[in-house]
Amino acid sequence: MVSDGAFLTMRGIVKHFPGARALDGVDLDVRAGEVHCVLGQNGAGKSTLIKVLAGAHQPNAGDIHIDGHPVAITSPVAALRLGIATMYQELDVVDGLTVAENVFLGHELSTAGVSSSGAMIRRTRDLLAQLGHREISPRTEVGNLSAAGKQIVSMARALSRQARLIVMDEPSAVLDSEEVATLFRVVREVTAAGVAIIYISHRLEEIRQIGDRITVLKNGQTVAIGIPVEQTSTRELITLMTGRSEEYVFPPRPAVAPDAPDVLVAEGLSVPGIFEDVSLRIRAGEIVGLAGLVGSGRSEILETICGARRAGTGRVWVDGAPLRPGSVTSAVAAGVGLCPEERKSQGLLLDEPVYRNITLSSFARFARGGFLDELRERRAADRQIAGLQLHPADPSRVTRTLSGGNQQKILLGRWLEHGCRVLVLDEPTRGVDVGARAEIYQLIVALAATGTAVLVVSSELPEVLGMSDTIHVVADGRVVHTGPAHEIDEHRVLDLVMEGEAA
Amino acid sequence: MSAFTDPVPPDETVREGTRRYTLPGSLARNLGLVIALLVLCAVGWFTADVRFLDGDNFVTILRFASVIGVVSVGMTFVITGGGIDLSVGSVLGLSSVWASTLATQTIAGDVHWLVVVFTACAVGAACGLVSGILIAYGKVVAFIATLAMMVAARGLAEIISNKRSQILDVPPFMDFFQSRPLGLPTLVWVFLIVAAMAWVLLNRTTFGRRTIAVGGNAEASRLAGIRVRAHTVALYVICGFCSGLAGAMMIARTTVGSSTHGSLYELDAIAAVVVGGTLLIGGRGTIVGTVLGVLIFSTLNNIFTLNNLSISAQSIVKGAIIVIAVLLQQRFANRPGSSSP
Repeated sequence: MVSDGAFLTMRGIVKHFPGARALDGVDLDVRAGEVHCVLGQNGAGKSTLIKVLAGAHQPNAGDIHIDGHPVAITSPVAALRLGIATMYQELDVVDGLTVAENVFLGHELSTAGVSSSGAMIRRTRDLLAQLGHREISPRTEVGNLSAAGKQIVSMARALSRQARLIVMDEPSAVLDSEEVATLFRVVREVTAAGVAIIYISHRLEEIRQIGDRITVLKNGQTVAIGIPVEQTSTRELITLMTGRSEEYVFPPRPAVAPDAPDVLVAEGLSVPGIFEDVSLRIRAGEIVGLAGLVGSGRSEILETICGARRAGTGRVWVDGAPLRPGSVTSAVAAGVGLCPEERKSQGLLLDEPVYRNITLSSFARFARGGFLDELRERRAADRQIAGLQLHPADPSRVTRTLSGGNQQKILLGRWLEHGCRVLVLDEPTRGVDVGARAEIYQLIVALAATGTAVLVVSSELPEVLGMSDTIHVVADGRVVHTGPAHEIDEHRVLDLVMEGEAA
Repeated sequence: MSAFTDPVPPDETVREGTRRYTLPGSLARNLGLVIALLVLCAVGWFTADVRFLDGDNFVTILRFASVIGVVSVGMTFVITGGGIDLSVGSVLGLSSVWASTLATQTIAGDVHWLVVVFTACAVGAACGLVSGILIAYGKVVAFIATLAMMVAARGLAEIISNKRSQILDVPPFMDFFQSRPLGLPTLVWVFLIVAAMAWVLLNRTTFGRRTIAVGGNAEASRLAGIRVRAHTVALYVICGFCSGLAGAMMIARTTVGSSTHGSLYELDAIAAVVVGGTLLIGGRGTIVGTVLGVLIFSTLNNIFTLNNLSISAQSIVKGAIIVIAVLLQQRFANRPGSSSP
């Protein structure tokens, strides 16, 4: 069943990872010369789909046809040979090489083994002219170019490979609005020449501007295939992307006492170029959520509150006492605990046993005159492990071997053991399966019930909306909305975020 | 990047209860080194017979091991903390020269012998302080900062000594180091005491725990509230202090202070540390392993000397030992489930 005029057809693509089904029967067809948008929420399978197309992942099942012929994309080189070029989110250009060298990276032009740099420079100049960027010299080092310039180089590389399909993974994420306009002009020129584009973005407004048809993924499955952009409302798209509910089960919790004292107060925080004039207050037992896109400044706001980043202006108080700016040690001493976004690289000693990760902030307490009393330390860790329902409940196990959910519980246990007044959570359930998710919510809620102030950032809107009492919507480094969480829904947050980012 | 990005596929799934994922015991790890040392001794026994088995010969091996041993113990701290110190050999030379100059330029006999030792240690610690501040606060890569210190300290040593060896004429100093309490030379005692103190520091104190944490994951340690930069400086100061002390020990062994003392010691020390089982990327360190590593290399040296074999041949064997040790280490690092050494 190959549709007419389709350059690429994918049917029933399945890809397993250990413990997860990333793609569970995805269909996609892309016509020559169109901009085909792929939409989907966190975990919907977009990145996996791209990697299948790029030859980086082999599907476990499913058929791929190009021009009506069945093909197997066995490697990145095979993908390029089939005319599929991928532009990844993290621009894959080599900063130390020139524009021309980057464009021909991996398929250098040569005569008898000697690279013909003259020919490559001429070809690159032609390609750049074709893309409308004559101002970029093929001899410039790519490191000197802006993100937009690097994207043009990436695009020129795709064209130099005679790509017939270019996959663009969130190309606008690194661009400002003017650069996005340039990108769209280039995309239109390229598609006019018959090249197909798969365009991935979360900015629905962009998709409306540039897209021809849309395929929506949800939980690894196609929920809408090739629907025309013009006849589909934004609201319809959001519903297609987000229609689910059982995934997020929040334990019931009492309302925060109206007379609860402020625990954390942040006034007029800014970090130049990242976010400005952010003020928050969190009362004892309150959960406050920050909603916004990655890159909106939300993670940086958390880092600044925890002292991991020095604020340009503004101060933070915990229980009325000011924190020393830019000092994590001072924040931790005041009882501010951060569970960072990147658990593995920012949170854990992966090769150390579990108990040492639980006591990482508090081990000095189990020491007399600098000498550790490891028995007391392990007893304290055992108590936490029991309370956390850690699985397996083995304090000596190497932390690396635990699942994401259990690793997150270890981080929570660290702050429980240290005793914290403010718990700061960045993406608390990223990479955590549904069962462990509910347990983590319970732990957080239980901690709030003891009077701890909780500040949470999550890309999963239902999570941040369902867990929080108060929501701050962050867009482009500014708080664009503050209000009770039950008075706002996902659609409204997305609208606010998009308005804020466009401004 | 933008919001709602896909999560990475779960790459580390856990097979519950199938195997015990515990750290390989340090005892088991060191057992391998002890066996290697015993094998070396057997080789020594077969090739050099009585000359190797002689009690004095073992004292010679220990005496030979003591100076590089103290340097290696200091290096263990830096490497466990995720750094590297290439300047130890030069700092040793500089400390020896500084101390011997101080002694020779003052009227002989006026200098208390302990002042000589303290001077050497202080010079070493000061060098470590400079390197540590450059690395922790100046954000210079450890390799580069200590490479600069290595070159500069050697140059300074040459200027101070005018490239001449300076005989140390402080009789109490020599008397102290040439005494043999309980039958072992003082140098060996110094090494053993330094190693014992280092073991306690690394394994039984909050300082040691911080060292392992910083070396294992500096960012996680910082976010957990550990003063990572101050701790890093402290590690380089310890390493410098040990190099300085080794400088004083070197004067005792050779009776002179010289700008050529300790050349290439940085490589010997790193080799001993790595062979001992300390991870070069940091986060795991073993003092016992380092001591065994030092003993393996000094025994090797002794066997080659007794058999009148060339230094060059010895270097080849040394190289082979380093490679084998690191290969074994990687094997076990990749298999966290294994419980063998």
